[in-house]
Amino acid sequence: MSGSIAPGIAVDSESGIWRLSGDWTLRALSPQLVSIRRTLATLPRDARWDLADLRRIDSFGATLLWGGWQRHWPQAVELSDSHRAVIERVAQADANQLPDAPRFTALDAIATLGYALFVFRDHVLAFLALLGQLCLDVLHLLRHPREWPLLEISANLFKVGVKAMPVTALVGFLIGVVLSYLSALQLKAFGADVFIVNILGLGIIRELGPVLVSVLVAGRSGSAMTAQLGVMRVTEEIDALSAMGVSRTLRLVLPKVVALTLAMPLLVLWTSGIALFGGMVSARIDLGMSFGFFIETLPRVVPIANVFIGLAKGAAFGLLISLVACHFGLRVRPNTESLSSNTTASVVSAITIVILVDAVFAIATRSVGVPA
Amino acid sequence: MSIAPDSSPVISLSGVVTRFGRNLVHDGLDLEIAKGEIVSLVGGSGSGKTTLLRHIIGLTRPAQGEVSLFGEPLHSGSMHEQIARRRRFGVLFQQGALFSAFSVGENIAFPIREERIATDAEIRQLVTLKLGMVEMEPQHALLMPAELSGGMVKRAALARALALEPELLLLDEPTAGLDPDRSASFVRLILSLREELGLTVVLVTHDLDTLAAMSSKVAVLADRKILSYASLEDTIKVDHPFIERFFRGAQGRRALAQVQGGS
Repeated sequence: MSGSIAPGIAVDSESGIWRLSGDWTLRALSPQLVSIRRTLATLPRDARWDLADLRRIDSFGATLLWGGWQRHWPQAVELSDSHRAVIERVAQADANQLPDAPRFTALDAIATLGYALFVFRDHVLAFLALLGQLCLDVLHLLRHPREWPLLEISANLFKVGVKAMPVTALVGFLIGVVLSYLSALQLKAFGADVFIVNILGLGIIRELGPVLVSVLVAGRSGSAMTAQLGVMRVTEEIDALSAMGVSRTLRLVLPKVVALTLAMPLLVLWTSGIALFGGMVSARIDLGMSFGFFIETLPRVVPIANVFIGLAKGAAFGLLISLVACHFGLRVRPNTESLSSNTTASVVSAITIVILVDAVFAIATRSVGVPA
Repeated sequence: MSIAPDSSPVISLSGVVTRFGRNLVHDGLDLEIAKGEIVSLVGGSGSGKTTLLRHIIGLTRPAQGEVSLFGEPLHSGSMHEQIARRRRFGVLFQQGALFSAFSVGENIAFPIREERIATDAEIRQLVTLKLGMVEMEPQHALLMPAELSGGMVKRAALARALALEPELLLLDEPTAGLDPDRSASFVRLILSLREELGLTVVLVTHDLDTLAAMSSKVAVLADRKILSYASLEDTIKVDHPFIERFFRGAQGRRALAQVQGGS
């Protein structure tokens, strides 16, 4: 490297004076740091010093030297004023110690637990407030129909609905094939081949379709919503909207919620259809069941009520996923840690809530649409 | 103290061409900055000052032309050499760019830790020292970037830029968002660092007070080239509409009067 001279430390055997030479800078020191550290560790306490040959010293070099001096000025030292100023600054910094990060104690553990309860309460309250604000917004929009954010709603419909079609179709088709194949294996053993239509029809339309789409949409659109609102919060875009007197719930949250609530039933219909098709293909290959027979049997063994239950679930899950996503998105604080934890929390909570609500649906509709 | 004269310039740009789509930002731009200079890069908005700074840092590469730092082409040599070259300069980004997941102290310690040369005790001492250099208290080390005011973010980011004892300091709008008192102390800080360490400093700025108080040279970026690269006194003599507007407005005259009265 041009322009730097290797640092040196040596003792004059006659006079007993220690001399420093060369560049005591971070870059010049790092290649021979080990040997210099070793020398510095064995210094006598009452050594006399001559730093006249020292060419340059930076704060890293000064810190190293100060450690070698055991944090005291030696009794006799010769050095230039500018070098003295650098070492002086290190000595001053040494007098003001960095405070320790607070340690985590048992009391903190209990406090964290208690704090988690308050955080949970906060979440519930904020979620309710968001829901309430949305209801007020809808009331306002019903009275002022010209203010519907139609453009945003349609943009969101395209984003969460149309663009989700390929991936939901692919997953739906494969799940249909797998489900049909596994069921066919069992049914063949009992000679009950025809029941494949009942199993696939009821299972996919009523249960698997809505839940499958919800999981995909929560991971795909829910996380995107949280991240988008979160970054808008970080870049103060949300504050800018408020400053312009534009309601953030009306312009940001409502279009997302409306779009996903509308798009989800359609996605459920689409995915269930494709999954049934996958099941049909598999049944034909495995059991030799014709498409015509499958399609003809389906409405006889699966009451139409199941389709409505599936659609209702879709709408409810869409509403929940978008609400949860927006709730967490608005809670992001301006740092990367908060963005990542809120996005994770959004997806995990959305999927958990969807499955909880699915269980509620299952109980509430236990006597509807099931063949007696 | 005297620095051994080094013939090769710290930064050398030759024939730099930058395009954004159809928009030609730099067209065959040349600039050589010698060791120990404090260079203010000025230009109208959209004239590509920050882009030029990003070329120097190596975040972007010009479409044509060569960027050399410390006498070597920026993108030459092995990966190891390129990293070593990068650690010879410190950058203060416009928004500070502190890592938001780290506290201030961890932010400043981060580049030193990456070098793997200092013990924990030394790192703590260096962090205190760097905080002191930018007039922050040791207890500020525990704060998170989100808890800092705009001026504090700037100072913490400067402390981080200084962590590896850079030979070259690149500052993007260093005093924007600081109150005049803080700007003045920032200027004093940079001048004293240059005195001690022989730092070369390149700053992009709109603040004429800062420019007048600290720069030894002014590089004017206009018409896609470096229009002039000279001391402030010589720069204002150049006849060009941009220089006319920039330096001879009311604020410009005031800042210049101050510097001429003071020196």
